[in-house]
Formats: sequence, structure tokens, C-alpha cells
Amino acid sequence: MTTETRNSINDIWGERTPHGPSQPWPVRVDERVSETPERWVRGTCVLCSNGCGLDIGVRAGKIVGVRGLGSDVTNKGRLGPKGLHSWVANDSRDRLTKPLIRRNGQLQEASWDEAMGLIVQKSKAIAKQHTSLGIGFYTSGQLFLEEYYTLGVLGKAGLGTPHMDGNTRLCTATAAAALKVSFGSDGQPGGYEDLDTTDCVMHVGHNIASQQTVLWTRILDRLAGPNPPKVIVIDPRRTFTAEHATVHLAPKVGTNVAVLNGLLHLIIQAGATDPAFLDAHTTGYDDLKKTVEKYTPEYVEQLSGVPAAELRRAGEILASTRTLVSSILQGVYQSMQATAAAVQVNNIHLIRGLIGKPGSGILQMNGQPTAQNTRECGADGDLPGFRNWSNPEHIKELAKLWNVPVNKIPHWSPPTHAMQIWRYAEQGSIKLLWIQATNPAVSMPELGRIRKILQKEDLFVVVQDAFMTETARYADVVLPAAIWAEKTGTFTNVSRTVHISCKAIEPPGEARSDLDIFLDYAQRMDFRDQDGQPLIKWHDPESAFEAWKDCTRGRPCDYTGLTYEKLMRGSGVPWPVNAEHPDGTVRLYSDFVFPTRADYAETYGHDLETGAAVSREEYKANDPGGKAIIKAAEYREPHEVPDEAYPLWLTTGRQVYHFHTRTKTGRSKELQDAAPDAFVQLSAEDAAKYGIGEGDWILVESRRGLVIERAMIGNIEPGLVFIPFHYGYWDDPSRPRAANELTITEWDPVSKQPHYKYAAVKISKYDARAALPQPGLLGRAVEAVQQLMSGEKEVPAGSSFTSPGLQPKTTQRVDG
Amino acid sequence: MHVGNYLGLVQGSERRLVDALNKVAGQHGDEPDVFETCQLLRSWSNKHLEYLEPLVRKYGENRDPEPSNLETALFHGPRQGSLALLRDLHDVWLLTQQVQLCWTVLEQAAQALRDEELERVCQECGKETKRQTAFFLTRIKQAAPQSLVAS
Repeated sequence: MTTETRNSINDIWGERTPHGPSQPWPVRVDERVSETPERWVRGTCVLCSNGCGLDIGVRAGKIVGVRGLGSDVTNKGRLGPKGLHSWVANDSRDRLTKPLIRRNGQLQEASWDEAMGLIVQKSKAIAKQHTSLGIGFYTSGQLFLEEYYTLGVLGKAGLGTPHMDGNTRLCTATAAAALKVSFGSDGQPGGYEDLDTTDCVMHVGHNIASQQTVLWTRILDRLAGPNPPKVIVIDPRRTFTAEHATVHLAPKVGTNVAVLNGLLHLIIQAGATDPAFLDAHTTGYDDLKKTVEKYTPEYVEQLSGVPAAELRRAGEILASTRTLVSSILQGVYQSMQATAAAVQVNNIHLIRGLIGKPGSGILQMNGQPTAQNTRECGADGDLPGFRNWSNPEHIKELAKLWNVPVNKIPHWSPPTHAMQIWRYAEQGSIKLLWIQATNPAVSMPELGRIRKILQKEDLFVVVQDAFMTETARYADVVLPAAIWAEKTGTFTNVSRTVHISCKAIEPPGEARSDLDIFLDYAQRMDFRDQDGQPLIKWHDPESAFEAWKDCTRGRPCDYTGLTYEKLMRGSGVPWPVNAEHPDGTVRLYSDFVFPTRADYAETYGHDLETGAAVSREEYKANDPGGKAIIKAAEYREPHEVPDEAYPLWLTTGRQVYHFHTRTKTGRSKELQDAAPDAFVQLSAEDAAKYGIGEGDWILVESRRGLVIERAMIGNIEPGLVFIPFHYGYWDDPSRPRAANELTITEWDPVSKQPHYKYAAVKISKYDARAALPQPGLLGRAVEAVQQLMSGEKEVPAGSSFTSPGLQPKTTQRVDG
Repeated sequence: MHVGNYLGLVQGSERRLVDALNKVAGQHGDEPDVFETCQLLRSWSNKHLEYLEPLVRKYGENRDPEPSNLETALFHGPRQGSLALLRDLHDVWLLTQQVQLCWTVLEQAAQALRDEELERVCQECGKETKRQTAFFLTRIKQAAPQSLVAS
């Protein structure tokens, strides 16, 4: 019998606990259990990047619920709908429980020994013939810190391949890039605590109300209390977040830099800069001033469609507020000029001197729960401990730590970014691609291309996952992985707060933790250090954590003051945690010294427009020496713009009830019922123009593919359509519906994050009674989907989606 | 007076750079970063050509009948095959260096002539040419190991 403190499907954010800027955020404990637990095990939520502390309720060896942790600084007991429901996925009947090997075209059950033996045999053969440049890893933002670090070490010092990146490339690469550009290193300057006291919050391309529901609750509680903050929202859709905005700017997609330059222009015009701060703690202001001079509100209106008067209102707030917290997410990161735009938000804080002070901070958000650790640990295109790949001293530190020759560690250019890893696989120079806890067959851009790559005869694909995802279907070997609550580990949220999440139950069948899989691989590959000792000297999560601590010593993300025991005391702790800061650090840069010194910085920087790397010599010649770096950017038009053939903009995004490709959320009945299917959202004006009614089937086509979705009308600007990206084919292969069938293969020059936020499309009413699909593009798309699902449900093309669509079972709108 | 000749040389070199950037973008459209960035860099070179026009007119009248073999072909692409991208980028890098050297030479002359306009154009364009070179160097360094070792 389920008991819950609220119905979070209809009441997403729960009851208000109002407070003013001088009072602490009150505790409110949220809970949902299906039975009374026998015991509670300390965990942390993994259903978004917020990192809410919780306890996992266990009964008879199964998870029976979760309860927010009232003492945790991150959530003070609160949990969102995804966290309250998704734990049921652990006990799904379709969990992978045995390794699978493709034999005669079919995936068949195998032993761990056979599966790992085959991967090792392939790895060795490829490395021998083509060097380790033939091996690539595409990992996740959803493993634990200990797993990333182990993977990073075995990749960099074991195999010595530069080809390792995470799906974090699709979600948070720009956060890291923008922080590096402005401050010299990754690491969010602010803390969530700054929201409790700030006078103004600005959300740029960040629908926080849907994406980080608990963090939004923190803001709602301020809005309901005395002296509420002003809220500025920049988003082309009228989202749940925008509904609460003091000023909502709705720019055309791809025009973030124009709008932000306009805001910088207005602040400078108002004489609201902090000259003393600029002079003492920054470089590059003069160039910014010159660049933004022409971005008058009228000019910005021409470029972005944002009315000049609205921009002025936002500019007035930003010029006069005494404190400011900004948050930035995919609307910036996955759009044109991603890094350049994210950096302009940093610049707003720098020119006003609103950083490193209570109530002022920047949250360059992450999308996934453990994305920060992918970055910290070097399991993506960064080196462990925020080290600089082009600083020989930093490489020497790692070589010493791992006891390997310096030249073992690939550092001749930046670690290969994910889009390039896929390109090498496409061209055939990467011959083994090992994919972990991510689902590129739904989440990468231009899915037709991704399916072709995964099917290549000369590419050996390993997929390590908990479920038979759309991607796993293409694997040569599938490794069944244990997930959250089935293993212990730590991870770090956007507020730099490190949490522990403990093993509460056994994994199903023979599933193993990702850490155990990596340790097994390292042992079978016989990776050694230069004294002939095993390269990986740890054997379980806690010993991996201790090894990681050594790697962070003296770096910005210093973990040396943390232990598992400390993390079990009832709250996460924000890094750096060391002898100087034993209880952690709520806010970075309170001394206004930034990690830009040449010998300390994580990067020597890039040209924001081309991505060209700045050389060590050039950087040292103008060593910012602890000052923050202000970099300006001119607006540039997106690469693909609507034309006669494809007259509308498409943008893609997320919904409150789902996470990623619904691998977990789609297995919770309540979440799935609340948001059962994809849709295409369009304005009333466009609906009238095309003769489209609510719920009609719509064919959406781009130059790369097509989807068929039901129409949802309203809350979006004319000329723009929106499709949520969560929906693939594992639970509904009847029609092409994944938004990424349409998206573009291209990326930001600095962060290398792909552009999911714009594509030119055309729409037409799809008369399902026309029965079988037309030859050509549509036929090919349906064929591709059928092929994808072959051996599973055989669904005649063009038939099942003629049935009435599933209606969302929620009182909330699902496009918010 | 050979300034006109050198202006002709940089003009020709920029034109060939524009042509090469077009061809590389066209040939390597499956490398989206190369495709997009070549188009951006081409727009810079086109802008340089606009700046050059009045200067070429100004100094063209005094142009010496110097043989036109100042110019040499640097770009031999676009190519096909597994080394194609690297070798095409290699050529374009050389072309940008050729342009850069022209700006340096002309800037020296501009100072001697006290021609502030020519000096300004050389400096402004030279900055962008340097950014063009830097892009190709970064991209070449990335492509080299995979092209030479694993392809």
C-alpha cells in the first residue's frame, strides 16, 4: 500500500515553506514508500543534477521507497517527482542479468569470463595492430566518481588512448568550457545557498522548474516569503519557470549572444559597472566594452525578436540589483555560440563585481547527476583533477602519481571529444567503442547516422548498461551493470557538494557494478606501472576514493579532507575540502583570486569563434596571474536557418516527468502515464496556418530525417516548434518519434557540445488513414525503426499510430 | 617602389585562400567543424580583400613591372583518401602563413611610408590571419596522430 507525503505527479513542487533572505530554508521531508521499510540506507538522488540527499527504504531485499534527508544542505528533505518514483526501475523485470555476446547475428547469453575474455582479446589485437588509437570509450554522466577515476586511469595510463569522453559532452561540456574561459578552471563559483539570500535570479536557457524541481522549490519558497528576489528568464518557450518571471525574454533560437551583449550594453550604459573590481580582479574589459557598444536594445530586437522595452526592463534590474545568482543550461549549452554565450553570463557578474560574495554566484548547471565527476576525474575530454593537458608539469604530476612514464599519458592534443570519437568510428580508425550507461541511439544528434555507425561491420561495440536500450541492440557484447542503490560510491552536484550513495540491495542476476567491470578489465589486460606493479592499486569504492583524493591534492577540486565516514554524517559537503577548509567551501573566489595563473590553470584558453588553442607561450606572455578573464564575442547567425523548403525552427528539450531517454523514468508507471509520448508543440498562429488541430498527427521533416508526433498547441513563439528528446523506440517502435532523427551533426568550437537547439524543419498534417508510408524518406525512416526493433515487437508500419494517442494523466501541462 | 607588387601578392594570396577554404569546406563537409569554420574564415578573408581594394588602386599606379612569379601555388587540394583531410589542412595552413608574411612585409613598408591607413589594415587583417593559422594548427595537431598512425 503506497503512502506518500504528496502526489508529486500533480503537485510537482509541493507545499510552500516561505522564508525571507535573513532566515534559513526550512526543512520539509518528502517521502514515498510502497511498503513500510525494514531499514533505511543512506543514498543520494540520481534523477537530475541537483544531488538531493535521501534514504533508501529496503524491505525483504528490495527497494520499497525513498525519503528526503532533512539534514542535507542540498534539499533539506525535499524530493521531486522523478526521485520519488524512479526507484521502481531497479526491480524491473527487463533488467539485464547476464552478459550477452553476439553470435551468428543474435545476442546470446554468455558467462562473464567469456564476455570479458572477448573484450580483452579484441582490445589486445587492436592495440597491437593499430595502437590504442583504435580503441575509444563513450561513457556517461551517471556513473560514480570512483568508477570514472578508475576508467580515466586505465584509459590514460593503461591503454594510453586519448579517445575517452562522456555523454557529458552533450550536456555539460559548455559549463566546464565557460568556467575555464572566465576563471581558468572548472568549478561553479556560487553555491545553492546564494539563492536563499539573493535579490535577483537570472535563468538563461534553463527551465529549472522542470529540470531541477527541488532547486526551483528553493526559489519558490523565496518568492512566497518577504523581500522576494526578482526573476529574469531567457527562454523561447513559456515554460513553468517563465510563468514566474518578473521579466521573460523570449528570443529566437540561436540568438543568446545578441541578447546577452544587449544586457551587457545596458549595464555599461547605466554606469553600473564596478570599476575598482574590474581594475583589480579582471582583464579584457575594454575589449568587451567596445564589442557590446553596438548592441543597443533596438539592434538586439532586430537580431533576436526580443522587444527593446523588455530588454531594457531586464537591463535595469541587472544594473541595479545588489546581488545576483545566474543559472545557465541547455538553452545556451546546446545552441549556437554555446561557450561564447555562457561566458557573457559570467561577464555580467564580473563587470558588476557580483561574484564570490553572499547572494551572488554563477551556476553553470550540469544536466546529469554525476557529470561533474566525469569532468573532475578525466573520464571525458579533461584530465583528472582539472589538470591542463598542455602543461607538461601537470602531466608529470599524473605520471608520478600513477608511476608511469610521462609519454604513456596521451597529451599531444586535448583528449578526443565525443563527436570526434564517433567520427573516427564512422571512418573506421576507431575499431572498438565501449559505451557505458548512455543511450546514443536516442540521445546523439542525427540518429540515422548513429545507427549506421553502430551497425558497421568493422566496429566492435561493447555496451554496459542495466537495460536492453536502443543502443544495446547493436552491441557485439552487452555487459549487465548494477545501478544506483546496488553499489556504493560518491558524486558531486552543481553546488560542488559531494554526496555518498550506498549499496542498499543486491544487483539482479549476475549484474556487476561498473567499478568491478573496470577493475576486472584492468586486471585481465594486466596493466602495470613502471615498477611492474598493477597499475590500479585499489579494489573497492572506498579505496578508489582514497586514491582519487591523492589526485586532487592542491587542485581546485581538493577532496583530501573528505572520507566516506564524513560523508555519512547527514549531509553532502562542498569541495574544496582540505586542511584549510575542513568543512568544505560554500562559495569559491571570496578572495577574488581566480585559478588563472599559468602554472595552475586548467587551460590556456581558446579562440571563442574558431576553437583554436592558445599556446602555452602566448598565455604565459600575458599571464592573468589570478585575475578573471573577460572575453567578448560578436553575435553570429546559426548555421542552419529556416528557408522556403524548411520554413520553421525546431528546438528540442526536456519534460518534468522524464530523464534522458526514459531508461528509468519510463519504467515508473506514474511518470510514464503523466507523460506517455512525444509531441510537437507549436503556436496557435502556426497551427491555424497549417490547419492543424490539437492532437492531430504531424509529420515533421528536416534535411536529416523525420518524425511523426501529435500536435500540442500554445506556449511557444510563432515560427518555432518543440519536441521533447526523451522518447525512443524500446517501448514504442510503431513510428519514428525520436527528436534526434531531425537534429544536426555540428558542435560548438570551444566546448564541442552539439547543437540540439535549432534545426530547420517543415511540418504537415499527417493523415494516418493514408495507410502505408510513402516511398522515399518516410519509408526509409520506418524501415530503419523496424530494423532497429527487429526480433522484438513486429509492428506493421503506419498502423498502430492511427489509434488515439495516450492522454497524459496529470493535472499539470506536460510541455512546461 | 614595389609596394603595389606586394599588395598584389597579398591580394592574390587572399583570393587563393578564399578559393582553398571553399574547396576544403566542400570536400570535407563530413567534418562539421572544418566545414563551418572554413566558411567563417573565408568571410574574414573576403573582408580583407575589400580593405585591400582602395590600397591596391592607390599603389597600383606605381607598380613596377616586377615579374609576377612572386606567387607560388601552395594549395594542391582538395584531395581524397585517408590522408586527404590532413594534407588539405596542411596546405591551407601554409597559405595563411603566406598571407601573414605579406602583412608583415607591408606593415614594415607602411611605417617607412608613414601610411597610417595601410599600417592599420595590415595590423587588423594580420590579427585575423593569425587566428586562421591558429585554427588550422589546432586542427592539424588533432588530426595528425589518427591520420598517420591509426588510419
